[in-house]
Amino acid sequence: MCHAIPAKVIAFRDDAMADVELEGVIKEVSLALLDGVELGDYVILHVGYALAKLDPDEAQKTLELFAEMGEAAFAQGATP
Amino acid sequence: MNAPQKPPQKPRPKPHGNKPGSRPLDLKNGRVDMSHGAGGRAMAQLIEDVFIGAFDNELLNREHDAAMFTLPPGRVVMSTDSFVISPLFFPGGNIGSLAVHGTVNDISMAGAKPYYLTAGFIIEEGFPLCDLAEIVKSMADAAKDAGVSIVTGDTKVVERGHGDGVFINTAGVGVVRDGIDICGDLARPGDKILVNGTLGDHGVAVMSKRENLSFTTAILSDSQDLGDLVSDMLDAVPDIHVLRDPTRGGLAATLNEIAHQSGVGVELIEDAIPVRPEVKSACELLGLDPLYVANEGKLIAICPSEKADALLAAMQAHPKGKNAAIVGEVLQDARCFVRMKTGLGGTRMVDWLAGEQLPRIC
Amino acid sequence: MKYVEEFRNAELAKGLSAAIKAEADPDRTYRFMEFCGGHTHALARYGVEDLLPQNVRMIHGPGCPVCVLPVGRVDEAVALATQHDVILCTYADLMRVPGTKYESLIKARSKGADVRMVYSTIDALKIAEDNPEREVVFFAIGFETTTPPTAVAIKQAQKLGLKNFTVYCNHVLTPAAMRAILGTHTPEGAPNVILDGFVGPAHVSAVIGTQPYEEFTTDYKKPVVIAGFEPLDVMQSILQLIRQANDGRADVENEYARAVTPEGNVKAQALVDEVFEVRDEFSWRGLGSVPLSALKIHEEFSDFDAELRFRVDVPTPKENKLCACGPILRGEKNPVDCSLFGTSCTPDNPMGACMVSSEGACAAHWTYGRFRTELELEDSA
Repeated sequence: MCHAIPAKVIAFRDDAMADVELEGVIKEVSLALLDGVELGDYVILHVGYALAKLDPDEAQKTLELFAEMGEAAFAQGATP
Repeated sequence: MNAPQKPPQKPRPKPHGNKPGSRPLDLKNGRVDMSHGAGGRAMAQLIEDVFIGAFDNELLNREHDAAMFTLPPGRVVMSTDSFVISPLFFPGGNIGSLAVHGTVNDISMAGAKPYYLTAGFIIEEGFPLCDLAEIVKSMADAAKDAGVSIVTGDTKVVERGHGDGVFINTAGVGVVRDGIDICGDLARPGDKILVNGTLGDHGVAVMSKRENLSFTTAILSDSQDLGDLVSDMLDAVPDIHVLRDPTRGGLAATLNEIAHQSGVGVELIEDAIPVRPEVKSACELLGLDPLYVANEGKLIAICPSEKADALLAAMQAHPKGKNAAIVGEVLQDARCFVRMKTGLGGTRMVDWLAGEQLPRIC
Repeated sequence: MKYVEEFRNAELAKGLSAAIKAEADPDRTYRFMEFCGGHTHALARYGVEDLLPQNVRMIHGPGCPVCVLPVGRVDEAVALATQHDVILCTYADLMRVPGTKYESLIKARSKGADVRMVYSTIDALKIAEDNPEREVVFFAIGFETTTPPTAVAIKQAQKLGLKNFTVYCNHVLTPAAMRAILGTHTPEGAPNVILDGFVGPAHVSAVIGTQPYEEFTTDYKKPVVIAGFEPLDVMQSILQLIRQANDGRADVENEYARAVTPEGNVKAQALVDEVFEVRDEFSWRGLGSVPLSALKIHEEFSDFDAELRFRVDVPTPKENKLCACGPILRGEKNPVDCSLFGTSCTPDNPMGACMVSSEGACAAHWTYGRFRTELELEDSA
């Protein structure tokens, strides 16, 4: 139910609606809950609405954190 | 192999439009009405102009209630399927092409060569004749490509509101050559499991046409005849144990069926299962799992493990198998569980779902 | 898929698994509750528990809005559909939830009620616009992620002047439920559920921010790590919770910083504050009556409140006495502890909500994890 997925905003439509794209699939969603969305932004979708903007810098930092945690563990001789 | 005995030559009947006192069918703007199902002249005209005109073969042209033929020697295989898909027209096909591919493939999944099909139609009053003609043409084209003839059929018309445009049933007959023994209960521990290409295409293509989902995609249904692919596969590996097409319920349902029939377990490797990126993302957007989405031009093959590489090579050499892959293996498991090593490295079950994730997908 | 598949990477998972094993103290057990049904589903679907050491246990929480919907509310929805000539619009998850006497919306539909599945409130509004002569009721459920879309729909209905659109509101609040879990005690005063921390919900937090979880760290001394939806997010959050537990800390940490900000989605919060108000109490399956835990429609929008427009006749709500949904939702029992699990209660024939929703602990275990229990039993035999 809480199912949500990030998708890229590729076009604006009337009435706070927008087209978002995920790997070539295009869906029409509502931007009524978000301000300041620009073309090319990634938004998190839930039941047909964009709920939050995805921060690409934070995303990158999080992935780097995962890698760091793993490397540190392996360096100490830990195993999965 | 002897060819079926040819019936005496008879010229195809001329369309009614040439007979005095009758008007040709308005295939462009006309609609099916109750008289087309009543058994009288109107029905005869519909059958001749729309069905016989398109399917056009010697057996059908005799216009007898039953088609008579002999088959080459070997075990006879019969199958039937009804088609209630909604919408009737979808990217990559329509209910007509599907109706031919579905039954022809069921016959092929027994390792048999299909020869003849029946076609029964239940048409709703008011259904546009142009749509009917297009559906029938698709059936004719699909039958020709698959090397089968539609040799007998039936037409009924139901009152407006009591159908859904059109429902179609096809039944088919084929022959299995000697030395081929394929059945759902023949999977054995150690066997490898192969598929001939990407999964989930048909279901996603059909969903994209459902109005309340509002998404667009370039994905086409994979609906196609698999007979020629199966023929090449059997040439390469005659002792294939199981063939089945994962239609409604997808790979998951089909493997669970086979597991139970054979009394074995299955382990799949998630990373090995081919799924197009667009199908993955459409499924993510809709909260679906591609393993459970219908396919109409795919097959699962289960063969002894030492033959798997040869089978894979034969599949990949054929245009309908270029994305073929070995996706798992059969295990000893009295509980008949189908499990999968996930892309993450953990394990999960691929359970037999309670019901269809989406209605009317086939 | 960008921002999705990178967070499912097997190599990184191995690294996090090693890190978790290295930091988990072998002399103790860690019990963390993943509150959100989406996390329960992610854990099961990717087999994450295979990558965790035996002494790190995940307890499934009540964050599945379908699962916590009390039987009486399901009965009322079924009654709305059958006793009034309405078009009842509902999310798919609700169709098969059994009410008293096992009546469900899908059964009501098979008997002729006009029940329609929608993917969004936008669809329900469209149905109302297209059918001005029919009453349309939207069956609204969900935690704080799903509430703003309902608020938008009600405001839109008001703007369009729709006279035939109402909402049957069952929206619920996460912090109240977390409080209720931590607050349940045995008669002797010991907590019913022993927890070392929470994996906080992903998208609820995207809406409400991180601040509402502070009370659990200050008042209850339980660490909360807000986690993204992908399996690597959950694993990283577990690692952070283990560290906090080892250090004796209780802080709110945000692993899902790419979508969750401290203040959350202020616009969505404002809309919700405008359209809804908090009920004094609401009955939850499994948790009983919880104060200030659910929303009803504000007086100003009473024209859109189905509870005010329609009267329904419902039986006294009754749950199957053997159904263990309650203790399971509270994290006190596992699905396999319920005597109905796998016997009379299966996804084909669900007795309780935990088996109906794909995020419910029972459905998740049956669908994804059932083999694991049997293997463990085999190993110990």
